[in-house]
Amino acid sequence: MSGLFITDEQIARARTLARDITDPTFELISKNTSISVERTVLRWFGVDGVGNLGAPLVNLMVDRLKAAGVLNKGAAYWYGRALRMGASSPLDAVERLTAAPLETLQPLAVDEEAKLRADVRAEAEAMVRELKDRVASREALKGEFPMGSTPHKYLIVATGNIFDDVDQARAAAQAGADVIAVIRSTAQSLLDYVPHGATTEGYGGTYATQENFRIMREALDDESRKLKRYVQLTNYSSGLCMSEIAFCAAWERLDMLLNDAMYGILFRDINMRRTFIDQYFSRRICAMAGLIINTGEDNYITTADAYDAAHTVIASQFINESFARRAGLADWQLGLGHSYEIDPHRPETLLLELSQAMLVRRCFPDAPLKYMPPTKHKETDIFFSHAYDVMADLVAVWTRQGIQLLGMMTEAMHTPLLADRYVALKSASYLHRAASGIDQEFTVREDGKIANRARFVFGKALELLEECQKDGMVAAIGRGRFGDVKREETGGKGLDGVVEKAPDYFNPFLDIMEGR
Amino acid sequence: MTTHTGREKHLIRAYGDRRDDGIIQLSFTLPVTASEKAKEAAKLYCQKLGLTDVKVAAIERAAENYTFFVVYARSNVVLDYNEIDTPEIVIKKKSFHDLNAQIELEIARKVVVFGACTGTDTHTVGIDAILNMKGFAGDYGLERYPWFEAFNLGSQVPNADLVRRAKEKGADAILVSQVVTQRDVHKENSRAFIDETKKQGVHGKMTLLLGGPRVDHRLALELGFDAGFGPGTKPSDVANFIVHQVLQRMGKEQKGAHYEGEPT
Repeated sequence: MSGLFITDEQIARARTLARDITDPTFELISKNTSISVERTVLRWFGVDGVGNLGAPLVNLMVDRLKAAGVLNKGAAYWYGRALRMGASSPLDAVERLTAAPLETLQPLAVDEEAKLRADVRAEAEAMVRELKDRVASREALKGEFPMGSTPHKYLIVATGNIFDDVDQARAAAQAGADVIAVIRSTAQSLLDYVPHGATTEGYGGTYATQENFRIMREALDDESRKLKRYVQLTNYSSGLCMSEIAFCAAWERLDMLLNDAMYGILFRDINMRRTFIDQYFSRRICAMAGLIINTGEDNYITTADAYDAAHTVIASQFINESFARRAGLADWQLGLGHSYEIDPHRPETLLLELSQAMLVRRCFPDAPLKYMPPTKHKETDIFFSHAYDVMADLVAVWTRQGIQLLGMMTEAMHTPLLADRYVALKSASYLHRAASGIDQEFTVREDGKIANRARFVFGKALELLEECQKDGMVAAIGRGRFGDVKREETGGKGLDGVVEKAPDYFNPFLDIMEGR
Repeated sequence: MTTHTGREKHLIRAYGDRRDDGIIQLSFTLPVTASEKAKEAAKLYCQKLGLTDVKVAAIERAAENYTFFVVYARSNVVLDYNEIDTPEIVIKKKSFHDLNAQIELEIARKVVVFGACTGTDTHTVGIDAILNMKGFAGDYGLERYPWFEAFNLGSQVPNADLVRRAKEKGADAILVSQVVTQRDVHKENSRAFIDETKKQGVHGKMTLLLGGPRVDHRLALELGFDAGFGPGTKPSDVANFIVHQVLQRMGKEQKGAHYEGEPT
C-alpha cells in the first residue's frame, strides 16, 4: 500500500463538504434548461443534418423555439407537436415548426396533451434502447478483445484532418497505445453548435463532429480486431455543447470523454449557470452510456503553481466527484485528473509528485484516475524532457493510475511526430512492466516527507472546501481559488442560452435517465 | 591562417569525442516496414544528406508501415567561426535588483507592460511564465519586479482589446504570445495585431514583443514587432529588453545599442 496519511473520517468529511457545496447548484439545475440541452434532446430523436446555410438543424429548431418564447416547455414537446401536425421525418418536423407561428398554437385538450406526451415518451424509450444496444456492441467488442493492462497509455492525435488522424491513431495503436484522443480544433469549446460531417481543416486539432467520431471509432474497431486488443477512443466535451458532444460520443461508441464540471467556467470563460446545467445532462448521458469521464484538474496547476496549488486539485476532485455521483456516474467512471507538474528545479520533486499522486489514490480508491504528464516546465532539450516524462511513468504505475496521458519529448516544440509517440510508448511500457507491483513492495513511512506533505496538502484542501461550503462555490470561484482564475456568476459566455423551465416542461430523456 | 582581411580563421567541425571528428546524431522516420531494406534506405538517405561513415544504430518498428531510425554519421562540413556575424555585446544583462534600481533611478516611474495570448490561442503557458509572479526556471516573472506594472490579460483576447487597454494605461510595452502555429495561424494573427497597433496609433511608440515556441527574432521583425522571443526565454531577458527600449525612447541610451541576452 502507498500509505494511509490521513484518516477515513477526514476523507468522509471532505466528501460531505463537497456534497454541501454542490447542493445549491442542483436547485438551479432542476429549474433550468439550456439551448444545448434541448438540442441534445432533438439529436437523440434523430434530428441530424444541416440547413441551407450549413447551420445544424437542431440549432435552427431550438433558436426558433427560443425566439418564440416557448422553449421552456422543452424541445421534446414541440417535436411531438410537429409530429402531430403530420411531420414525416425529423427534417420535416423542423420545417413545420419553423414555418408555424408558434405563439399562436393553441394548447391541446387535456387528453390529447397526455397522449402526445405518452407517444413522445415511447419514442424516447425506443431511442434510449437503441443507444443502449450500441453501447452493448462496444462492450461486446471489449469482451472479445480485452484491453491492455493499466495504466492505460493515452496518446493524442491532432492533425486537423480526420483522415490523417486515422493514420496517426492506427500507428499509435500498433505501437501500443490503449487510448486515442483526438484533440479538438482550438476554441471549438466556444462554438454554440456542433459542426457537421467529416472535417479536414482544423487549427491545433480536429473538430469534434458526430461523423468524425464515427470514422475514428470504425478505424479503431478494425485496429482492435487486428491487434486482438481493444483500443479506446476519447474526445472532449467541455464548452458550450457539453451535452450534445456527450450524446454524439455515446451514440458513436466512444469509451471516454473529457467532461469537467468547472473547466469551461475557469478556462474557457463560459458562464457558470450554463455550465452547471449542461454538465449535469451530459454526465447523465455518460453515466447511461458507460463512458469514463476525464476531469481537468491538471489545468489548475498549469496556470497556478503546482506546488502551491496542489490542494486545489484535491478540493476540486471532491467537487467533481460529487457532481458526477449526483448525475449517476459510478466510481469506475471517474477519471479524475491530476498531473506531474511541479517545477523540476526544486529539490525532492519525485517525492512531492509521489505524495500528491498517492494522496489522490488514497482519496479515490475505486476511481481509475487520469494522470497527465509534465508540460509547463518542459524544455526543448528533448533528452532531458524524455527523462522527465519517464519519471511520470514511474509515478503513474506506482500509484496505480488507470489512465496515463504520455508526455512527448517534443512538448512545447511542435505537434508530436510519429516517432515521438513511439519513443514515449516504448519507455512507458518499459516502466509499467519494470515497476509493476512496486506499491505492494514499499510501504511509505507515516512520519516521512511524502506522508507529511500529503497531510499538509489534504489539510489545505479541507480548508478550501470549508471556505466553499461557508461562502458558496460562486464566491470561491470569484476569488480565484481554482487555477488562479476569477469568474462572476453572470459573466462569461452562454448565459443567454439558459432558459427557466415552465411547470409543464417536458424532457422524456431526462425523466428516463433520472429513473422516472 | 588568415583571410584577405587579415583576420585569423577559426575552423570548426561537429565534435563527437575527438576534435574535428565531425560526428553528428540524428533520428528520423521512413514510411516503410522495418526490414534490412529499410535499414539500407536509411543509410542511403543519410549519404544523400552528405554524411559519411553512416552507422544506423537503431532500427525500430514504430508502426506497421513506419520505421524509426537513430543514426550516427560523420559530416565533412567545416565552418569559419570568425566569419559568423552576431551583434557585439556591449551592455551586460542586469540582475533583478540592479534592473529595478536602474528603473527607479533613470526612468523614475514604473514600467507598464501588457501581455496576452491573442486571437483564438488559449495557451497561456508562455505569457504566464514571463509575466506571472512565479516566473520560469527560477527566474522571477515581471509581476515580481517592484518597478514593473504588469497586466496579464490571459487567453483569447481580441487584438483590439489588448491594444486599447494598453493605450489607456500608457503602456511601455505589449507582449503577444502565440503558441498554436498550425497552418501559420500565429503569423496571420500577429499581422492583424500589428495592423491594430497602427490603427490605434501606438505602433512605433510602444515596444511590441512577440513570443512563442515557434517564434524567432527575425520572424518578429518581419511581422513588424520590435523583437521576438523564442523557447527558453527567461522573464529577465524580456525585462532587460524592455528597460533598454524605454531608455532608448527617452534618449538616455544610444539607439541601436546592443546588450547581453537580446534576441538575435
